[in-house]
Amino acid sequence: MADILSLAADNLLSPVILSFILGVSAALARSDLSVPEAVAKGLSIYLLFAIGFKGGASVASHGVDATLVATLAAGLVLSAGLPMIAFNLLKIMTKMSRTDAAAVAGHYGSISIVTFVAATSVLQGRGISSEGYMVAVAAVMEAPAILSALWLISTGGTEKRMDGALLREILLNGSIVLLIGAFVIGVVTGEEGLASISSFIVAPFTGVLCLFLLDMGLVAGRGLRDVRGVLGGGAIAFGMLMPVIGSLAGLAAALLIGLSTGGAVLLMVLSASASYIAVPAAMRVALPEANPSIYLTLSLGITFPFNLTVGIPLYVTLARLVTGG
Amino acid sequence: MQTHKAKRVVITIEAIMQKRLTDTIEEAGVTGYSILPVLGGSGRSGAWTREGQVGRASGMVQVVCIIRPERLDDLLDAAFDVVETHIGVVTITDVEVLRAERF
Repeated sequence: MADILSLAADNLLSPVILSFILGVSAALARSDLSVPEAVAKGLSIYLLFAIGFKGGASVASHGVDATLVATLAAGLVLSAGLPMIAFNLLKIMTKMSRTDAAAVAGHYGSISIVTFVAATSVLQGRGISSEGYMVAVAAVMEAPAILSALWLISTGGTEKRMDGALLREILLNGSIVLLIGAFVIGVVTGEEGLASISSFIVAPFTGVLCLFLLDMGLVAGRGLRDVRGVLGGGAIAFGMLMPVIGSLAGLAAALLIGLSTGGAVLLMVLSASASYIAVPAAMRVALPEANPSIYLTLSLGITFPFNLTVGIPLYVTLARLVTGG
Repeated sequence: MQTHKAKRVVITIEAIMQKRLTDTIEEAGVTGYSILPVLGGSGRSGAWTREGQVGRASGMVQVVCIIRPERLDDLLDAAFDVVETHIGVVTITDVEVLRAERF
């Protein structure tokens, strides 16, 4: 317990999390502080490129082993399966309609790449290494949850089909293309390639992450302001319970595969996090009847801040306890 | 100056639906339109602003078409298929244009 508290305190007092808290506080205080849309997009492009490239370079230097395929498969299963757990939990804990519950469930199978990036930064700060290919696992986990959400709706008698255009938008959305593209460049150019651009993508990384999380804090803070009108107690509790359940499923998969401590933490974080970019966009197209303020507020206003502040230290401690790392 | 009657159709719709809408109205023979960003607003689905949106899912755009009056029904039929279940507003106003052959 003392270990968790000390890790949580260290995490809370890091520049990255304090920047996030600054953003949340500014939004809650209704300050006019804002990060321009184009700047926020530029920061996210930088972070996705850097994290993808570093993952690829790490795979190039450490090589690929059998756990890669197993971890990708586990990511697919977790992304497709977690919405089933989330959906049933929502049915028990809230009075949400079937449509809203299915839409929310889809978000919890998919991932938040920002939470993943923040977790890699925490691991780096603690000197815990992880498998470079976890970046590819993150990309694989974006989409299956959306199919699960649509399947959950169809079991209730409402047929929702994924058309070709939507599938293409999901699989080729800018974040996935950039992440995988940078990963491939990292694999091809290896440590030498990384060394040649490290002054751009390694040294400034944490500073850029601070600014990006300041912006995410502002967005999450605005989401939190809406919580009272949109979410009941059951939904708020779900937003903090589901990540823990997801992380335990991720930990179990990591143990089965034999991932390193860092890899286990990242698979836990991926399973615990909820999407707020890819899945909301897909839900607006495929499931317009679902209320966007419910799933966006839950994912951005509750689960994202929970994972950043409490979740990540908890997952690191659990993974270290169980894997002995 | 000689002017000609035309219809101005403004469709305010979620940004994520923009391409679906323009593909559909192009199929209906309307190939001239402008797309404008919407900075924010408030309506049945609550207030929102473009500032601080993390994805395109929450943004809105306006698709503005100016067409000859006889093509209005085709355009509205096509647009309705796309906007029916989504957040958005469709308005039609009478306008006058200078060069009728362009519409």
